[in-house]
Amino acid sequence: MKVLIRNGRVVNPATGRDELADLAVANGRIVTIGSVSPDFQADRDIDARGLVVAPGLVDLAARLREPGHEHEGMLESELNAAAAGGVTSLVCPPDTDPTLDEPGLVDMLKFRARKLSLCRLFPLGALTRGLQGEVLTEMVELTESGCVGFSQAEVPIVNTQVLQRALQYAATYSYTVWLRPQDGSLGGGVAASGSVATRLGLSGVPVIAETIALHTIFELVRATGARVHLCRLSSAAGVELLRRAKAEGLPVTGDVSINSLHLTDVDIGYFNSSMRLNPPLRQQKDREALRAALADGTLDALVSDHTPVDADAKTLPFGEAEPGATGLELLLSMALKWGRESKLSLPETLSRITSKPVQVLGDTLGSLVQSAGQLVEGGVADICLFDPDALWQVKPGVLKSQGKHTPFDFATSGTALPGQVRATLVAGHLAYQAPALA
Amino acid sequence: MLSKRNPQLNKHGELIHLLSIEGLPKAVLTQILDTAGTFLSVNDRDVKKVPLLRGKSVFNLFFENSTRTRTTFEIAAKRLSADVINLDIAKSSTAKGESLVDTIANLSAMHADMFVVRHSESGAPYLIAQHCAPHVHVVNAGDGRHAHPTQGLLDMYTIRHFKKDFSNLTVAIVGDIVHSRVARSDIHALTTLGVPEIRAVGPKTLVPGDLKEMGVRVCHDMAEGIRDADVIIMLRLQNERMSGAMLPSAGEFFKSFGLTDEKLALAKPDAIVMHPGPINRGVEIDSAVADGTHSVILPQVTFGIAVRMAVMSTLAGNEA
Repeated sequence: MKVLIRNGRVVNPATGRDELADLAVANGRIVTIGSVSPDFQADRDIDARGLVVAPGLVDLAARLREPGHEHEGMLESELNAAAAGGVTSLVCPPDTDPTLDEPGLVDMLKFRARKLSLCRLFPLGALTRGLQGEVLTEMVELTESGCVGFSQAEVPIVNTQVLQRALQYAATYSYTVWLRPQDGSLGGGVAASGSVATRLGLSGVPVIAETIALHTIFELVRATGARVHLCRLSSAAGVELLRRAKAEGLPVTGDVSINSLHLTDVDIGYFNSSMRLNPPLRQQKDREALRAALADGTLDALVSDHTPVDADAKTLPFGEAEPGATGLELLLSMALKWGRESKLSLPETLSRITSKPVQVLGDTLGSLVQSAGQLVEGGVADICLFDPDALWQVKPGVLKSQGKHTPFDFATSGTALPGQVRATLVAGHLAYQAPALA
Repeated sequence: MLSKRNPQLNKHGELIHLLSIEGLPKAVLTQILDTAGTFLSVNDRDVKKVPLLRGKSVFNLFFENSTRTRTTFEIAAKRLSADVINLDIAKSSTAKGESLVDTIANLSAMHADMFVVRHSESGAPYLIAQHCAPHVHVVNAGDGRHAHPTQGLLDMYTIRHFKKDFSNLTVAIVGDIVHSRVARSDIHALTTLGVPEIRAVGPKTLVPGDLKEMGVRVCHDMAEGIRDADVIIMLRLQNERMSGAMLPSAGEFFKSFGLTDEKLALAKPDAIVMHPGPINRGVEIDSAVADGTHSVILPQVTFGIAVRMAVMSTLAGNEA
């Protein structure tokens, strides 16, 4: 299929390119950016006047709930949500049921995703069997099946010796270990420690739950040389430790979720269970530090932390409600909102959800690393077309994901979000097009 | 983010649910205390009933056991002529796997007019208030560590009864503050009613420093905490906290923070000693103090009935 995208504002975050241009796609690749030869015979001609033509988004944290939690989300609904959100590559954590600790499960997941051809799927394998923190998984085999790294998802390894060995073993093969820094004993609360949790009588997760875990991880990185990606930092103190570790030259990267970037514990209000999230929402100084760290590059990527949760699991008292929020369809808008509030250019803003997460993934992407998250002639045609000026209201009915709960629901936030996706191309295929697309 | 209207108040600022003392205006608190005063005499009459809630059904929903609190609500509702239905939910529907919201929908369909709710999770009464029929009023009878507003109000009634004025008092709350819904409700009520000095007294495991964000002075020394206090509120130390990582033993706690006559001598000569009950003699309070002249623990219980009558009749008179 040949696609011609005319008159769009082509933004390539990796180079800072931001200009009006045409873009031609053939055989799944971008063939021309600039002025397209009149001889180019397009099967599909898209008038992108007023739209931004950007690389497809790369989301480093999205749960698809398959296998095991199909009532909360299925591969098809969630990958449709990804496409509707402009996401063309996503990394999913291994906390499915069963966990992604066997090559066969990973093969099946990759196969099913490929058949849907809505979004590229990059699973993280379980770092330990059943995420139980005891026995290492067959990392080499899992990598051959397509895992791009290894993770404990939300289950911290309590035994530091096991964590040390996991990092040593991963370092042997230069695999990246993805860890959410949270101490296993201090992380049992349901809200961030602070005045809101104290007032509401909710058990707290102190900042030291994050910083103690970070200190341990950094020491182990020094000792083992393993490469670690830190998932969803939540605190100012945590960000500061990452900044210092990077300055020291440790092979570490980090990300932050759209929720922690825009919200604080005050938003819990009167026990709103949509705000029950992992990591918990912290205070304003933490949010400001996370926003600054994403801007200055200390944090490499912004992630949706997409976690579909069904209504029954949210219609519970705050502490009993299942943590998580839908996010794939909000990632672009939350990035744009942050970028505007931080007075960043559009290429700079978009880099946090395109080229920079690709750098985190690095060579695990194979040849894709050359062009995913970018717009380059000869590169893969993973493209997101969006209207940067459109405002939309998040309502359960407009979301394709089976997860309908989000802190940004218009009914509670009262705020419309900027930026609406008009079309998404994955390898040159139209994976999504909005009704409004000309 | 929009902050939603306080779910306890209707658009006229009238109380439709009592979920927490936090966020309630002083006038609302004062009005409940004044109303409680008028009900106190009902309790002294031969026929201890007024017809204010005649024909209304009050459902006591206790997801967590508490015979004492449930009984005081039951007495209060009956003295207002309401029909009272006690449901020990901990042992019935939820044990069969029914969700909280489904239970509420079912009970609403039985034409309940008021739910009195006790639940082990902070915030559960908010969820119930959100999901019950619009004409139903919800009274929080204790949720997790969050709030126990009727206890807070009866404590305020007791203080006002004995001290008349809130504006020049020093109130010390002693013990396991961090896990206490009573302490939270007392702190909000005392703050709203204008008490200038509120102290939270106990070891750092039970009285963490960030409590000062609630507007209290944190004291880790008992003598400093109760010196010149007008009111001392002793909290119950739950059995599960008496030994473990919070405290090494009940005995050691009593030594440092248990209220004895000797320590009480540091407070004002006319200080009153309160306790939400049930008391642990020899753990947080010495028998001599509990039974002594400063103790107002039994009047608290009596006032508690009148205050709960005042709360229920106030709610019944206001429409969502």
